[in-house]
Parts: sequence; C-alpha cells; structure tokens
Amino acid sequence: MELEPVEFLKEKILRVQEYALLSAAGIGNLFRRPLYVADIFAQADLIGVGSLPIVILTGFFTGAVLALQSAYTLSQFGAKSITGELVSLSMIRELGPVLTGLMVSGRNASGMASELGSMQVTEQIDAMRALGTDPIKKLVTPRIVATVVMLFFLTIVADAVGMVGGGVVSTAMLGIGSSQYFHASIDILRYPDVLQGMVKPIFSGLIIATIGCFYGMTTKGGTQGVGRSTTQAVVASSVLIIATDFIVSRFMIAAFGR
Amino acid sequence: MTPLNAPSAAAPQNTAPDADPILAFQHVSLGFDGKLILNNINFTMQHGETRILLGPAGCGKSLLLKLANGLLSPDSGTVRLFGKDLGSLLRDDLYSLRANIGMVFQEGALFDSLSVRENVAYRLREENRDEEYIEAKVREVLQFVELEHAIDLLPSQISGGMRRRVAIARAIITQPALLLYDSPTGGLDPITSATIIELIIKERDIFGGTSLLVTHRLQDAFSLATHTFNATTQQMERIPNRGLAPNTKFLVLNNTQMVFDGGLEDLLRSSDPFLRAFLA
Repeated sequence: MELEPVEFLKEKILRVQEYALLSAAGIGNLFRRPLYVADIFAQADLIGVGSLPIVILTGFFTGAVLALQSAYTLSQFGAKSITGELVSLSMIRELGPVLTGLMVSGRNASGMASELGSMQVTEQIDAMRALGTDPIKKLVTPRIVATVVMLFFLTIVADAVGMVGGGVVSTAMLGIGSSQYFHASIDILRYPDVLQGMVKPIFSGLIIATIGCFYGMTTKGGTQGVGRSTTQAVVASSVLIIATDFIVSRFMIAAFGR
Repeated sequence: MTPLNAPSAAAPQNTAPDADPILAFQHVSLGFDGKLILNNINFTMQHGETRILLGPAGCGKSLLLKLANGLLSPDSGTVRLFGKDLGSLLRDDLYSLRANIGMVFQEGALFDSLSVRENVAYRLREENRDEEYIEAKVREVLQFVELEHAIDLLPSQISGGMRRRVAIARAIITQPALLLYDSPTGGLDPITSATIIELIIKERDIFGGTSLLVTHRLQDAFSLATHTFNATTQQMERIPNRGLAPNTKFLVLNNTQMVFDGGLEDLLRSSDPFLRAFLA
C-alpha cells in the first residue's frame, strides 16, 4: 500500500515522457521524408477554415462586451474616451490569443483525440504501421503544422473582429466616435504588444495538436476509452493553454518592459 | 502493367530458397503487467511455407503475429525477419521492411474514412505510383477477391465478410514476401468463413507466397491443409487420396508455450493430452 503513491507518480512521469517523445517525433518529422503535404492542407482546411465561424463570433462578442464593461468603469473616472485603447490592448495581448486557443482546443483537440482514438481502438493505427507508414508522420505531424499555422491566423482574425466588435458597441451604444475609437485602438499598440499576441498562438497551437494527438494515439478501452481521451484532451489542452499564457506573458513583460 | 503475381519492387533481395528463413523466433518471451504471455517461443518459417497457428482464445496468438512484423517488441529473445533482427533496426528501416509484409487484421482494420478503392490502393499511393497503374492494380486485386463491384463503397457500407476480403486485397496488392492473417474468419458465419478460406488457399496456390495464419477454428485450419485451389474450376477442392497440401504446417500455442510444431498427420497422431483435448 505504501508503494501506491510511488507507482502513481511513476505512471504520471511515464505519461509525460511518452507525451514528450511523441511531440518531439511529431515536430522532428518536419525534417524527414516523406512530408504529407496533402494531409497538411486537409487538416489546415478542417482546423482553420472550419474554426473560422466560432472564432469570428467569439472574437466579436468578446470585443463588444469588453467595450461595454470597460466603458462603464472608465466613465467613473471620466476616461470613457480611452475605451478603444483598453479593448485593443486586451484583445491583442491576452483575450484574442487565449480565447481563440480555447475555442480551437474545444473543437479540434477533442476532434483529434476522438478521431485518432477511434483509429487506435479499431487497429487502424496498427494497420497503418503494418502497411509501412509511420502514423506519427502521417497523422501527427500534419496536425501540428496545420494547427500552429492556422491558429496564428485565426488569432489575427479574432483580434481584428474583436476590435470591430468593441467599435460597434462604442459607436452604437456608448456614444464614442468611431474615428476616436479606432485611432485610440491603433495608437496605443506597440511592437511588443503585437509580438506578445503573435507568439502565444504558436505555443497554443503546439499544445492543442500534441495533446489531442497524444490522447488519441494512446487511447485504450474501446469506445469508452475514446470518450475519456476526448474529455482529457480538451481539459489538459485548455489548462495548459492558460498556464502557458501566463508564462509567456511573464517572460515577454520581463523582456520588453510591457 | 505489372501482373499481380510479379514480385514487388520493394521485395527483399534474399528470397532465394536457400537464403535465411523468412521468419525466425528465437527464445522469444513477452509479458504484460508482470504476467508472462509468451515464454521461450522458437520456430522458423521457410520460403513458400504456410503456417497455421492454433491455440485457445487469449493464449497470445495475435501478439505473436504482432511480434512477427515488429508492431510489438519482445521482452527477451530475437525475432528475425528476412534475416534481419527486428530489435536492431532503426524505425525507418523497420517501416521499409514492413513494405514486404501484408497483414490482415482480426476485424479487417480498414481505414473507415476511405473507400474500398482507397483502402486497397493505400500502399501503392505510399509508393507514389501513377494513377493509371494504381487503378489497374486495384481493379485486378479486387477481381481476385471478387469485389470489384464494391470499389466505390465505404467500409461501413459492406458486410463483415466483404471487409475481410477487402483487407486481404489490401494486403496482397504488392505481392509481399510474407502474409500474416490474424483470425481472418473470426466472427463470420460458416459460409462466409469458407469463402475467406478459399481465398487464402487461392492466394497460397496461385502465388505460392509465405504466410502465417492465426485461427482458433479447427475446421478452417484443416481445410487449409487438405484443400487446394483448382484454377480451372475456380474453386477449392479436397486433395485426392486424403493428400495434404505441401508446405502447410501447424504451430500450437498453449499456456505461454509452443506445444506443437509440425504437419497435420503428426498433429492428429500426437499423444499430448492438451492436443488431444483441443482437437477433440
């Protein structure tokens, strides 16, 4: 009985090691042939284009509600005119990358875990190996590339749409001029702000794809196992996205002073 | 167009009859969670042989098949495939070697998002063959398994027996040097099972390949040993005068050990209590 916590810890460390090895192999395969370019484009379409509606809706309403809430607080100090600055800084540095990451994680980490998990429990992954194809090259690497690239652009879309959302609320409901709002939004931004917003989706994309693929590829226990993997993939990737966001923010603030 | 029975471009070079055995298990043991499943397994398979692996359910037959093509690694001992120790191969070399093996999984393991055509063509696409060649080869091999009419269907749209036939077509499309069948008739009705066995006998007798077949159905195993495929009538028939198919031998696993390795006559004459009970 005394050994149980040790065994538990060993098992967790082994899982982390498995995850690290799978992720390293998935990324390392970028430099080995064959590179499944068609699969990369198929995944980019599925992940990027497929996630566009939810990212646009989330971005728009986040910007809108941010303007609504911040304008109320700012008006207490007679500073309602800087609503645009607050919306754009919040969206670009923090909310755009994090919320896009979480939305894409909910949609795609679960999709990857369930798809690969189903393949695993029906021996399709073994069949692929038996046919001479490395499933990490064929299934994992394209998903990593597609998620990182598409999440980067989806975040830009979310940022832009969020600022528009804030602008619509500011002009239509708060009486702030659209010119004033957009000028304030753009003028406040500095290079480190944009950089911070652009670096985060790269980490989030890596987390979503590697976690989704890891839980999928290690699925055991039939259809129940597929369900478990799907849930665990979403939970793990969401928590990791937020934790990584904090670490990247801390590092960037220390490096650039804002 | 390369005929179906032409050797695969990726076939290993050492396929002469006097070369190394195609497959050799040397003192192979494997266990899971502290429980030994296979213990000190030894056997070899020569070119052109068909080996039928029998044993009670859950005795490790499918695991042995996965060890044979490196999908699993043994805890101890050596698996040599085409003369190469699988444990010493780099990952990419192992994948290249697998291009010379065809495997039919227990439930077919077809890619469920791909049509029958794409499933069968999978290996040729991986080899970057041109479209015309792939189409001709896919049709040829689907004709062999009598499923050309199902070429555009998805695996979910065909029956269990048809899925096994598609799996066989996918496995044999490049005429690999070794075929591994994992319970190809498991869960099928007797008539469909007979169709699958006929197909395996047809493959064996027309192409003369080497194969290792796992089953727990004695009638299927005995049919393989006692029947041959008649190319004229396009049907399998019993070998006259109670004859036996040459090079078709048996392996029997029980309780982690290989308890029998030999021909059908020796198997039937065995005085081993387990074998007598198993065959009864």
